[in-house]
This record gives sequence, C-alpha cells and structure tokens, in this order.
Amino acid sequence: MDNKSLKTVGSPSLEELKNSPSFPREEDFLRGPIAVIECIEEIPCNPCQTACPKGAIFVGKPITNLPKIDFKKCMGCGICVAACPGLAIYIKDLTYSEQEVRISFPFEYLPLPNIGDVVDMVGRKGEEICKGRVTRINNGKANHNTVVISATYPKEYFQEVISMKRL
Amino acid sequence: MNKASIVIIGGGPAGLSAAIEGAKAGAKVLVIDENGKPGGQLFKQIHKFFGSKEHKAGTRGINIGDQLLEEAKRLDIEVWLNTEVCGIDKNKKIWGIRDKKQSFSIVADKIILATGAIENAVKFSGWTLPGVMGAGAAQTMINLNRTLPGKKILMLGSGNVGVIVSYQLMQAGAEVVGIVEAAPRLGGYGVHTAKVRRAGVNFYTSHTISRAIGENCVEAVEIVQLDSNWKPIEGTEKILEVDTICIAAGLTPLTELAWIAGSKFVYIQEMGGHVPAHNKTMETTVEGIYVAGDVSGIEEASTAMEEGRLAGINAAASLGFYIEKEQEERTKIVWNGLNALRCGPFGHKRKNAKDKILASREG
Repeated sequence: MDNKSLKTVGSPSLEELKNSPSFPREEDFLRGPIAVIECIEEIPCNPCQTACPKGAIFVGKPITNLPKIDFKKCMGCGICVAACPGLAIYIKDLTYSEQEVRISFPFEYLPLPNIGDVVDMVGRKGEEICKGRVTRINNGKANHNTVVISATYPKEYFQEVISMKRL
Repeated sequence: MNKASIVIIGGGPAGLSAAIEGAKAGAKVLVIDENGKPGGQLFKQIHKFFGSKEHKAGTRGINIGDQLLEEAKRLDIEVWLNTEVCGIDKNKKIWGIRDKKQSFSIVADKIILATGAIENAVKFSGWTLPGVMGAGAAQTMINLNRTLPGKKILMLGSGNVGVIVSYQLMQAGAEVVGIVEAAPRLGGYGVHTAKVRRAGVNFYTSHTISRAIGENCVEAVEIVQLDSNWKPIEGTEKILEVDTICIAAGLTPLTELAWIAGSKFVYIQEMGGHVPAHNKTMETTVEGIYVAGDVSGIEEASTAMEEGRLAGINAAASLGFYIEKEQEERTKIVWNGLNALRCGPFGHKRKNAKDKILASREG
C-alpha cells in the first residue's frame, strides 16, 4: 500500500481510508452511531481490541494487523476513542437528526470548550469546514486525560469533519 | 558498598526493567544514574504508548515511569542518583563520581549498560544561534521544566520523535509552523502525522533547512526543496518566521562504557551507528557485561523495557538465581513480546537490523 497522502500530506485521503479494512460504508453509517478507525498503517498496537466491551474490534495476531470492526456489534459507545494511543478513532452518527450529524472525537488540548459553545470543525488537513455545537465533554477517569468531545454539525459535511480547531 | 551482584548503569526504562527482573530473581541490585531522578526519558513522554496490554499500551510514559519506580521501591532496589560512571573494565570494576565531588569504585559480578542515547545534531548556517535545539531538549523544557522554548516552532525531522514533540509543543501552547523532512515520505507513524496535520501543521517533504536567520537568536528560518539526489533546488528557498528550530534527526547510542570495556562492536546504520555486539540474552562479547535499550540499538521505550527484562533475567540466571529451564522460559516470554513489537513495516526494519547485531556476536 502506498498511502501517498498519509505519507506526504500527513493525513489519509478519503480514498485511502475507504481502501482500509475498517472504514464504514454508507449502510454502516445508517445503523446509528459507530466507531470510525482511521488507522491504515500497520503498527504494533491493539488497545482498541482490548477496550471494546462488545468485542466488535479485532486486531488479532500479529498485533500489527489493521483493526477490523464488526458494525453489527459496534454500539458507538466511544470507549475505544480514548483508549486509542494514536487518537485515530472517533464516533460518528449520521442518524442524529434531519439536518445534523454528531461526532465524538478525542481532544488533548487546553482550554476545553464548554457545552453549548459554537466551535470551528476541522477536516483531516486542519482546514476549517463549518461551525459545530459542543453537546458533551467526557473527561472521565477511565479516559486517562484524553477528553472526548461531542459536537453536532450540518449533515452535508458529514465525511469531511473529524475534529475541532484548538481554542 | 564496594561489591554488588548486578550493577545497572542508567535508570531509564531499560535499566529499571532490568533492575526489577534482577531483584525479583533474588539478586542484589544497584542502579546508578547521573540524573537527579530515575526514569530516563519516561517522565517527559506524556503520550499514551502503543503495543499491547503486556507492553502497557494505552498508558502514558509518565505513568509507566511511576509504575516502574514504585516496583523498584517495593523490591528495595538501591539507586544512586547524581552519580556518573567514568569507567568500567573487563573485570567489572566500576569507577565514577558521586554528587560531582566524591569518587568511588565498586566491583560487580554482572554489569548491565542501559545508558541510552544522545540526539544527533544537524549543521546549517546559524545552527549555533540560541533557539536551535534538539527536539528532546524542547520536550524536556515543556514536560519536565514547564517552560515553553518558543512560540513559533519549526521541526526538522518527521520521525516519531519529531511528530510527537511537535504535538506536545502545541499542547504546551506553542504554534508549530511546519515539519521539514528531507526524505520524500514522512517517517513517523501515520496516526501521529495525522494528529498534527489536523491541528493545522504543514509538512514539507523533500525539504531541509538552508539557514537559521537572526542577530542574537533565531528570528526566522530558510528552508529549501531537495531534488531526488538530496541536493537543494535553487530558487525554492522559503523563509518562515519562527523563534525556535527543533532538530529531530535521530539518535546515537551512548556506547562509551561498552567501548572501554572492550566489547566487540558492529556498525548498523538503522540502529544509530556503532552498537555493541550482543546475543539473545543481551550479553556483549565481554563476559558478564550486558546491554539493554537504546545503547544496544535505537528503538523506543517499549522495546527498551523488554530488553532490560531480558538482561535482568539472564544476568540473574548466570549468577545462579534461576535454573536453566526457568531462564529459558522467562527469556522466551520476553522474546515473544519483543517480536510482537518488531513486526510490521516499521518493526521489520528494526528486527532485521537487530538480527544483524545478533549474528555479529556469533561471527
């Protein structure tokens, strides 16, 4: 695999992601909130598999295998989001409402936003895509200081948005 | 004390892991470290580690450091801090300086060298200006001393150190203006590069620094594109306004003590240059002197801890603390862990390089 965008721009292109074994298809997103793993390079790592309470994520042996998700089992609980040392997992919900979708992504910068704040949602290259509204901030002890922020944003930007701009 | 059974020089992840295994086996262990606190680089590694549960994956380096120190304390391991080892010989006599004023000498039954590595410098016009520093130095400033080296930073090198430190500089409140990489492809793990890219950091592949600009300190940097023969392309110079330039251009093993002890060496470029030849128990060609961690070839903290365990188990076994079967079993478990960390496209190169080192010991 060449992964040209990942290895020159720094982040994967949507096409590179779609070629990876775990990137959800449209029908998977229609199930409700699910985990999206943007991990397309074989590195020795498997905490996502260990963290998933539903046994939906499989890495196996060798631990450099790319993770695979069974979207029939994934409930979009988000435990894997803070467990991933690469900060490469987020939860996306295409079915959130008529006009809006929701993302829950890992965030390790201060200051944190407040619930209700309108923030700039960004894409894989850090480009500002649209505004989003923060709906939840999960800074639970089990996250070990990887905060998981949930935000809603317009449906038309569903695929492009993956995080928010630092405050 | 003027005699100890296992003396470990260097109290980082490899040295502490070696000490813990040695003490668990029942050996009297002494750890010597030149710093004021043991733990090596672990306490500035505020990111979560990769690997599997057995490698403490998902735990931040700083927390792994705490865990190792607690275990060392529980096992009553003696640690001499602010102590520099100046020399060892093949009879395993060690001499050094404590607290910069008092010399000492002790004789060990076994020595484990876990001295780590030093950052490589890169020379360019203006490289001696204040504001040009190693990426590891910047990481020490932000994560240990809580001091921001600058507000606008250029990173040279896109390996894992370069991208991780870039990320941590942003966490500390700096802006990373760019990451420059001489190779046409980025070196670090894709998840790390993606993390800094989505924070808005630009990567400049096939680029290098042509000069640092400034009167008394760094005020800007000029970067230039490289052709396929790594030669600067005239007319592609670009000036970026920065106040700090960080160099993440690899590490070199700190092997002085292995040299003066008389170990055989082998040159393996991928492992950072000259490394002491060693076997699967981490023993060098000098009987009873072991190596573990970056001194035995540059890798990362997870493998350093496994290598430390190997050296600790086998040094203790050679003193009679384990029977052969126990030694073999314990060694095998650690090797399985090491092999897991050394697979995949990144690990494979390191595995091949490590195999060359092992082969050189036999040859």
